Amino acid sequence: MNSYSKVKSRPTRQIQDDKKQKGYRLSVLSRVVAAAVGGYVLALVASIVLAAFMPGNRAEGVLWAMQLSFAVYTLAVIWVFAARTATRAWIGLFIPIVFLSIWAVWLTQGGVK
Amino acid sequence: MKSFFRQSMAWLHTWVGLVFGWLLFFIFITGTAGFFDTEIDRWMQPELPMAQTVDVYDFADQARERLEVIAPGASRWQIWFPIDRNRPYPEIFWQGADSDPARGREQIDARTAEPLVARETGGGQLLYQMHWRLHYLPTRMAYWIVGVGTFLMLLGLITGIIVHKKIFADFFTFRPMKGQRSWLDAHNVVSVVTLPFQLMITYSGLVLMMFTYMPLVAAAYYGTSAEGRQQFISEAFPAREVLEAKGVAAPLVPFSHLIEQAVERWGEGELSYVEIHHPGDAAARIILGSNLAEGPLRSTEQLVFDGVSGDLIAEIPRLTSGAKASRDVLYGLHEGLFAGSVLRWLYFFSGLLGSVMVASGLILWAVKRRQRAEKQGNQNPFGLRLVERLNIGTIVGFPVAMAAYFWANRLLPTSFTARAEWEVHLMFLVWGVMLIHAATRPRLRAWIEQCWIAAFAFLLLPVLNALTSSRHLVQSLRTNDWVFAGFDLTMFALGIGFALMALVLITHNLAKREREQSVHNPSAASLEAL
Repeated sequence: MNSYSKVKSRPTRQIQDDKKQKGYRLSVLSRVVAAAVGGYVLALVASIVLAAFMPGNRAEGVLWAMQLSFAVYTLAVIWVFAARTATRAWIGLFIPIVFLSIWAVWLTQGGVK
Repeated sequence: MKSFFRQSMAWLHTWVGLVFGWLLFFIFITGTAGFFDTEIDRWMQPELPMAQTVDVYDFADQARERLEVIAPGASRWQIWFPIDRNRPYPEIFWQGADSDPARGREQIDARTAEPLVARETGGGQLLYQMHWRLHYLPTRMAYWIVGVGTFLMLLGLITGIIVHKKIFADFFTFRPMKGQRSWLDAHNVVSVVTLPFQLMITYSGLVLMMFTYMPLVAAAYYGTSAEGRQQFISEAFPAREVLEAKGVAAPLVPFSHLIEQAVERWGEGELSYVEIHHPGDAAARIILGSNLAEGPLRSTEQLVFDGVSGDLIAEIPRLTSGAKASRDVLYGLHEGLFAGSVLRWLYFFSGLLGSVMVASGLILWAVKRRQRAEKQGNQNPFGLRLVERLNIGTIVGFPVAMAAYFWANRLLPTSFTARAEWEVHLMFLVWGVMLIHAATRPRLRAWIEQCWIAAFAFLLLPVLNALTSSRHLVQSLRTNDWVFAGFDLTMFALGIGFALMALVLITHNLAKREREQSVHNPSAASLEAL
C-alpha cells in the first residue's frame, strides 16, 4: 500500500490506526515542507540557469525565466506528492537543486553572459 | 503506478483547494467585481456627470494652467484624457511639488475645467484592489498571502486536470438533485467550461507579482543593491528612464506642436496622456503616450520630447522585447482593460464561474464528509462543522457584505469625513455578523436565511439608488445611462439568483422530508447534506 491509503479511525482498529496516523501525518508534513520550501528553491535555481539560455539580452532572459519559474514550481510540487515516499520526494528535489545551484553559481559568477 | 499517481493528485487537489478555498473565493469575487471597477466607481458617486470627452489641445492647456497653480516645482505632472471606458473624466496627477499636498490627483470637469466634487468613497477601485491587497493587511504580507493562494489555485487547476478521466464528457454531464454526485458534476462542468480563463487568470496573476515572488532570479545576475535593481529595470523596461533635474529654470515648451505630432502618428482619440518630468527646469522632458488598453498587449507607444526645445528625442515602441511582450500580454489579459462591452461581460461571467468553481469544490468537500460521518453512526467532527459553517458565511455571507458596502455608500452621510473608511469597515463587520450567524444557526436554516438576506440586500439596491439619487432605473434606461442601468439591473439579477437558491433549498428539503417520513431512508443524498 502507499502512504495515501486512507487511515480511517474505525473504533475497532483505534490503537493500530493511531500509530499509523502519526507516521502518515509526519510524512504529509514532510512532503508539505519539501513542496513549499524545496520546490521554491528548485524553481529559483532552475530559473537562474534558464535565464542564461533564453533569447534576448540578460534582462530579457531574466524576465522570461521569472515568468516560467511558476511552471517549474508547479512541476516540483507535483513531483513531491507523486513520489512513492517522502524520502524519495526529498532526494528527487535535492539532487537537481545541488546540480543546478552549482551551474547557477558558475553562470552568474563566471560571467558567461 | 498510474492509479497511484492519480490518487495522490486527487489527494493534493482536495487539500490545496480546501486550505485556501475561502480566500480564493474572496479573491475571485472581488476580482470579478473589478472587471466593472469604473462602473462601480461611478455608481458610488452619483453626483458625477455622464462620461465626458475633451479636445486634447484645449484640455492640455487648461490642465497645464491648473498644475502651474496647484503643483509648482513638481518632479512630475501627468495629464490624462478620457478616451475610453477606463477613464470617464479627464484627470491630472502631480508628484514632488513644493505645494501641499506634494502629491495628488484630481478628476476635472471638462465643462468647467474645475475639479469634480463628489462624495468620499473607495468605490469600485477599492473593491478591485482588495483582491490582491486584502485591505487591512500590510502590503507585503498581503502580496505573499495572495501569492500562496494563487499558487495553490494553479496547483488545484493542474491536479484537477490530471485527476480527470473524461474531460470532454464532463461538458455534458449534469445530474441535478443527486446530492454529492450533483455537486461533483457542477464542479466539473464550471471548471471544464472556463478552464482556459482560469488557467490564464491564475498564471498571469502570479506573473504580475513575479518581482515580489521571484526577486532572486534578477538578484543572481544584478546583485541585491539598489543600483543593481535599477540597472535591471532600465534594461528590461527601456521606457522607464529617470532623469535628474538640473536646478536651472527654463520655460516649458507649449504642448500644441507636440500633440500634433502624436495625433498625426496615432490618429484622433489615441493620445492617452501627457507626462512632464521636471516642468520649468532645463532638464524637462515631455512624454506623450498612446492608449495602454488598445489591445491585450498592455503597453504604450511613447514619444519623448525635450521639454525646453520641443525636439523629439526618442520613440519607444509598444513592443521592445519578446520577454517584456509576454509579460505585457499576460498583464493585459489579466486586467482586461482592452475589453469592449461583450468581452467585458464574458470576463465577468468567467470570473463568476470561477467563484462557483471554488464554492462548489468547498461544498463538495463538506457534502462528502457529511455523508461519511452519517454512515459512521452520526459523528459530527469539528473540522467538518468548521468547513460547513465557513462555507455558508463566505459563499453567501461575503456577497451580503459586498451589498452592505453599496448600502453604506448611500446611507452614510456625505458630510461624514471618515465615510470612505467606514464603507469598508461596515462591509467587513457585516461579513463578521454573517459568519457568526452561520456558526450559530442550524445548518440548512443558515443557508436559507442567508440566501434570503442576500436576495433582499441585492434586490433592494436599485430601490435604494432611486431613493438616494436622481438617477433611478427608469431615468437611466430612458437616458441610455448604461453604467447606472447596468449596475441596477445586475444587482437585481443577483437578488433574483439568491432568491431562487433559497427557494430551491426550501422545496428540495420539503420533498426530502416527505420522502423520509414515508420510507425511512437515511442515506438518501440530498441538499440536506449541505
